[in-house]
Amino acid sequence: MKALLRATTFAAAALLSIAATAADLKIGLSVSLSGPNSSLGVPYANGMKAAVAMQPEIAGRKVQLIVLDDASDPTTSGRNARKLVDEEKVDILMGSSGVPATIAISQVGKESKTPMIGLSPIQLAPTEIDWTVTVAQPPQLMIDAIVDRMKANGVKTVGYIGFADAWGDLVYNALVKASEPAGIKVVTNERYARADQSVTGQVLKIVAARPDAVMTGGAGTPGALPYLALQERGFKGGIYGQHGLVNADFLRVAGAAASGSFVPTGPVIVADQLPAAYPTKKVTQDFRTTYQKVIGQPSTDAFSAYSFDAYRVFADAAQRVLTAQKVEPGTPQFRQALRDGIFSTKEVVGAHGVYNFKPGNIYGVDERARVIVRVDNGQWKLAP
Amino acid sequence: MTWDVALILGIDGLANGAVYLLAGLGLVLIFSVTRVVFVPFGDVAAFSALSLAAFETGRLPPTVGLVLCLALLTTVAEVVRLVRRHEAAAIPRAVLGWGLLPALPCLLAWALAGRGAPHALLIVSAILLVVPITPLVARLALQPIADASVLVLLIASLALHFLLSGLGLLFFGPEGFRTAPLASGGITLPGGLPVSGQVILMLASAIVLSALFFLAFERTVPGKALRATAVNRIGARLVGIRPARTALLAYGCASLLAGLIGVLVAPVMTMYYDSGFLIGLKAFVAAIIGGLVSYPLTAIGALAVGVVEAFGSFFSGALKDVIVFSLLIPVLMLRSALVKHAEEEQEEIEA
Repeated sequence: MKALLRATTFAAAALLSIAATAADLKIGLSVSLSGPNSSLGVPYANGMKAAVAMQPEIAGRKVQLIVLDDASDPTTSGRNARKLVDEEKVDILMGSSGVPATIAISQVGKESKTPMIGLSPIQLAPTEIDWTVTVAQPPQLMIDAIVDRMKANGVKTVGYIGFADAWGDLVYNALVKASEPAGIKVVTNERYARADQSVTGQVLKIVAARPDAVMTGGAGTPGALPYLALQERGFKGGIYGQHGLVNADFLRVAGAAASGSFVPTGPVIVADQLPAAYPTKKVTQDFRTTYQKVIGQPSTDAFSAYSFDAYRVFADAAQRVLTAQKVEPGTPQFRQALRDGIFSTKEVVGAHGVYNFKPGNIYGVDERARVIVRVDNGQWKLAP
Repeated sequence: MTWDVALILGIDGLANGAVYLLAGLGLVLIFSVTRVVFVPFGDVAAFSALSLAAFETGRLPPTVGLVLCLALLTTVAEVVRLVRRHEAAAIPRAVLGWGLLPALPCLLAWALAGRGAPHALLIVSAILLVVPITPLVARLALQPIADASVLVLLIASLALHFLLSGLGLLFFGPEGFRTAPLASGGITLPGGLPVSGQVILMLASAIVLSALFFLAFERTVPGKALRATAVNRIGARLVGIRPARTALLAYGCASLLAGLIGVLVAPVMTMYYDSGFLIGLKAFVAAIIGGLVSYPLTAIGALAVGVVEAFGSFFSGALKDVIVFSLLIPVLMLRSALVKHAEEEQEEIEA
């Protein structure tokens, strides 16, 4: 009896291992399931699970998803990527919940010649992007949209207040670049730290410069501080933000102070309010239904949709590769073919936008990946 | 810069200074009695703010779990110590004091949470909830090494800060909270400058609490015992004051102050699990200005820190904290030039 049991177990294990190695596609995902970035990492992982559940087979091959936790640490993220490549022999790397962690994974991807789809808006030197693309929107695309809106609203001068870090710089530079051709003058460049509790001084300086509008370069709940201070000082001009602010906690902390302000974001945030003809509307609805079924709760954040889109891009490229060529997943030839496949992506519709990847460009979205929303009564409302 | 701007900045600075003042008093109180620079002070303040925020969203504050865990650990440590010293008779008292007493505010919080209790009651409960935290962690981590050098105590308290802020992340999550304003409306100064009720409340509490402190130290026996321990531990022990008892009292008072600071700042600052550290650090600058012994100098230092911070943020937002902490350099130079042989006196007391 015991021998029989052992034999069965052995056979089952052997079968399983054959099934796993023979033909499966393997996705290696490293995100922050614990630590400060986990509020992004958990939806990223859930979105990927929902995406795999929605399309569990690509060209007759099963998809195997391996998720590792990087504990919000970029070093661990790089180590995870190496583990996924060396031990699991994954066909594609995906991640992560922060820009430094995503860059760490993309470096491993480049070294090991494994394609990588990033989930954060990273910027890399042209020599570093042979194996990496990202599904996130480039900041300039978003800022261009909000500057267009300023111009349409008759803004001539704008004051800027943002984080005293890389994000604040990035938004400021994008703002300056976009506002010059639009004939808008940036009159202040005030900064504050994420941990600051008061921006009264900076806001007084902005109010004294009397701009028509204020642009904020913060993210999440610390990004609400200028809104509160501007309201306290009775600033009457418009306030414009960027996509880093878009989450429910920002609305909770900013409260009435953010009312009437404009923010650019991916269409997924306001999918219900989009016109029926909008290219991403149907995909988003399908994704949300599956997410609800698989994860057991509604998907309202932007992050889970990024991993969903990353999977769509991967599935499209893998489909093309597997039908056109005779290469087996798990081999270097397949990874090379998959990379070429990803860089020839054409019109793949995701929840955030429509993707077209070309060699030499890490970003693949266009104007269809952004909408302007207005804060109205503590809700994001589409402002076409 | 116009007069209007200067006035607004000045008032903003004084309001911040009032918070640093209260925190500075707590730091000086703990340091003078126990020689511990109590780094986690700000964390306790953040916990009370986040507890109030949890109450307002109708949830039971996660602080309850923290306090109960600490109480359990402390009770076990205390019972083990008593058994080892063959003082079994004192065990019921220890269980009562370390285990059940800290559980009382938790019981109150549990009774109030999510039942639409009046806001004032929630505030009181949030403050009371954090009062046991400081005495409990001090009993666990600092009391066993109470006679070690100041540096060892500082390092232990720094470790406590990291422990508490880590627990804060675990219990409260990474997002920030603001609570409902405590005071609405406000007054308009002659000249047409509006001052919000919240700012007036912060300044008034700083004044009232400092006055209470002064009275307690001058007029009550426990206050005099605290002062005596601060001046000379050995001498205090000779006249029948138990340093452990006064240390406990000092930690309790400081915890109460931290709780008050938390609920005072929560409506005007977005509080995160780690926001308290910066408040504590700036209060520490104030306490250094007071030489870690003088309450009036600390108070002046705290207001100066607040005002410098407000004007610093106007002149250069990014360098605000640099400007505030640079205050330390001239202050330390001045102190070392003025105060002679301070170290020798210190050694005499410790010996």
